[in-house]
Amino acid sequence: MPSSLVDGNSLLALDIGATSTRAVLFDVVEGEYRFVASGTAPSTAEAPFKDVSEGARNAIASLQVIVGKTLLDAAKGLITPSQSNGSGVDALVVTLSAGPTIKTVVVGLLKDVSVESARRLTESTYARVIETIGLNDTRKPDQQIDSILRAQPDLVVISGGTDGGASRSVQKLLEPIGLASFLMLEEKRPAVLFAGNEKIKDDVKTLVGSLAASMHFSPNVRPSLETEDLEPAERELARMVINIRKRQIKGVDMLDLWSGGHMLPTAYATGRMVRFLSKVYGSQKGILSIDIGSSAAVVSAGFKNKSTLNVYPQFGLGENLSRLLNYTSLGEILRWSSLDVSEGVLRDYLYQKALHPSTISATKEDLVISQAVARQALSLAMQFARRDFPRNIASIKPNLTPLFEPILAGGAALSDASRPGQGLLLLLDSLQPVGVTTVILDQNNLLPLLGAAASQNNILPVQVLESGAFLSVGTVVSPVVTTTFGAPILHGRLRYENGSEARVELKYGNLETLPLASGEAGTLTVQCLRGADVGFGPGRGGTIPVSGGALGVVFDGRGRPLDLPSDAVRRREMIKKWNWTLGGE
Amino acid sequence: MQAPVNHIVGLTSIVRERLLPVSGTVLARLNQKVSPNDVIAETNWAREHIIIDVARTLRLSPAAADRIIKCKVDDRLAANAEIAVGRGLFPRTIRAPREGRVVVVGGGQVLMEVGETKVELRAGIPGTIVELVANRGAVIQTAGALVQGVWGNGRIDSGLLVNIAEKPDGVLTAGRLDVSLRGSILLAGMVKDAETLQAAGDLPVRGLILSGLYPSLMQTAREMRYPIMVTDGFGPLPMNSAAYKLLSTNIKREVTINAEVYDRYSGARPEAIIPLPISTDPPAPREVETFAPGLQVRMRRPPALGMIGVITAVKPGLTQLPSGLRAASAEVRLESGDSIVAPLVNLEVVG
Repeated sequence: MPSSLVDGNSLLALDIGATSTRAVLFDVVEGEYRFVASGTAPSTAEAPFKDVSEGARNAIASLQVIVGKTLLDAAKGLITPSQSNGSGVDALVVTLSAGPTIKTVVVGLLKDVSVESARRLTESTYARVIETIGLNDTRKPDQQIDSILRAQPDLVVISGGTDGGASRSVQKLLEPIGLASFLMLEEKRPAVLFAGNEKIKDDVKTLVGSLAASMHFSPNVRPSLETEDLEPAERELARMVINIRKRQIKGVDMLDLWSGGHMLPTAYATGRMVRFLSKVYGSQKGILSIDIGSSAAVVSAGFKNKSTLNVYPQFGLGENLSRLLNYTSLGEILRWSSLDVSEGVLRDYLYQKALHPSTISATKEDLVISQAVARQALSLAMQFARRDFPRNIASIKPNLTPLFEPILAGGAALSDASRPGQGLLLLLDSLQPVGVTTVILDQNNLLPLLGAAASQNNILPVQVLESGAFLSVGTVVSPVVTTTFGAPILHGRLRYENGSEARVELKYGNLETLPLASGEAGTLTVQCLRGADVGFGPGRGGTIPVSGGALGVVFDGRGRPLDLPSDAVRRREMIKKWNWTLGGE
Repeated sequence: MQAPVNHIVGLTSIVRERLLPVSGTVLARLNQKVSPNDVIAETNWAREHIIIDVARTLRLSPAAADRIIKCKVDDRLAANAEIAVGRGLFPRTIRAPREGRVVVVGGGQVLMEVGETKVELRAGIPGTIVELVANRGAVIQTAGALVQGVWGNGRIDSGLLVNIAEKPDGVLTAGRLDVSLRGSILLAGMVKDAETLQAAGDLPVRGLILSGLYPSLMQTAREMRYPIMVTDGFGPLPMNSAAYKLLSTNIKREVTINAEVYDRYSGARPEAIIPLPISTDPPAPREVETFAPGLQVRMRRPPALGMIGVITAVKPGLTQLPSGLRAASAEVRLESGDSIVAPLVNLEVVG
């Protein structure tokens, strides 16, 4: 294997998901990196295989058939580097999201400061906080020990103490952690990450280090009360997650070895890519990436000076689905359904799907239910993620989704949308973007793979991104306005490159489209009525360049926050109409 | 494409590992014949801990406190046992607040584990001990009929199998439970209300094999002291014909339900085992299959959710489904005689 991928040509990227494993080939075509093809196979993290390498080999075998190239040798080992006969690849990167949710204990000093930072850090990966210990915890240390023992955590994240600040209070909090670890079976002890006051590292090592499965340190996530810096700790945590998975799932260590240690959690790789994009392409607006799959809903946002990465296993559409009702109601989910589905049927669906996460919708009714569930899960993920967005970001109204350009979307829920319009409507309903934004579907779920490749080869992601491997759905114009249903709120005029024009009158409550094919550009002039705001100010219009996509330019006049009719029959009719407008059935 | 397998087999070899959650004493012997309720390993497990802060109570330095602490690690202390005595004219005595075992001494503190309870690991299935796992448990082998389910409430028991579901979509109600069913394991269709689960517990029955359980009843089902195994899923689901046929033809036989909580990573599944006499060991069931014509499958998603069929053809490439999605699919002939096209990921092999 070459030491640097820049020297090599082809790159194989493996994505080990909860239900599917994909093998994706990138290669140089006419002097530039391109996405060539992908092969898929069921993931094999679960019984009876309990070995992710089996699914990886099957996915690579499927890719071999598609590209007509030998990638595996007779012993089913990966051929690296590529051989003179055309077989093999030059390098491999791997992303991983399969595996049970990582049970995490969060330890910090103040609830709104270091505990909150530790919570945010934990949410950057496939973890769930099952126990929180802080200064305001009224339990006795022995009660805390018993809670930790009951929780059997895989991971403990400790923050607290500004650099040079409190040390005794942090040490006191560490005692129950150390004692609880001591009382656990050695093979069940948690990995520990300390991301607090750097001056007490040695004390932490003494109190906890020898009792943890592994002890890790990262720079303080809260070096001062006013400053939060999660990025270095997120990087350390990403590596720890891979090591935890090595203990939990067979085959992870082998694939990590194949990749030369370049295996990353899928969400972290996505976050890295979003950070990269926001640095390279960032404007006043933020960049948003969402991924809603079986293992989790992932929201990654890049702003001028800060990026956020939030991973919500509780909103994944797989084995955790039955727990979605801890966060929402059946009625809240059913408001998104275009069919009259009873609460009982929906409840049974959630539990049945949690039993068999890899199954897909074969009937129209089943697809309607699954998309309603995906809308609500993504909507909740977005609501949760917004808590962590920086305060001084571009927005039209503070309580609404901030301004983003573009929005990148991927994951099984969107792959399950049979038409781009279905996927777009799901995104508009759940994310409720405002102003003018481009929506791009990552139909091949490449973003995390490019993020994994980026650390080794910074040319490949840029060239693949610009190669058309992503599906531009189009430009979406979403005015912020509240008025009566049917009232005109915006006039739009789209001037094409050939000089022709198309016009639209957008009425409140409706969706409209103007055609503008992928690869084409145009100039859009909007005139806002009734105080509607698309980012120029209330009631103000303007002219902007727009790019085309599968659905051209889409005008969403349904109000923000989205104003769904309260009457169920009328609401279902409206949803059908909106779906039809965007090319659905 | 590789296929998940749900075992519903008339006669097979069944090998199961049974382990304590923590280390303990293995009581079983190699080649010992065991019945489901036999204890094969045991341990003592304390779920509570108490920190006795001697230094703080006596206002001493940790080092000074350590010098006067009388107990050491692994000491078993009775309630009120002396742990340390202070100095001075009126020395204060620190005593153990409860009976327990000392697990840590140091830093002027004593950590005790208290409220110890005995944890017994039962065999769970009838069979022969074929392997011992040091300090943890054993591997048991048996032969018989095996029906795996999708949900269990974590309990184990055995008894005679009685069929009170005349058909696969039968509904069990409290009114159908009478004293003649006491001590039996009931093949019982679906349950729609908590009263029925309670009534079964009041009899008591030794277990329920249900086709479907309403999600709202899961918590009640977990609280029941008898095992409940669900074969097909949640909601008003009839029992798949393969499981129903197999179970209903084994009525009045001894059956063991190990209603283990389904764990997709470890492979633990709830199951019913009916031991059968054999002359030679039958083959173990295959854990993995490849989708192919002739395989018996069960539908895991609509349409025809829960129904059994046979694959007549695996279609090449991707097939567009009525939902509009495209997926690798197979033609399946259902027992009703209808043929449908189903995505492979929605099928599981039964066998």
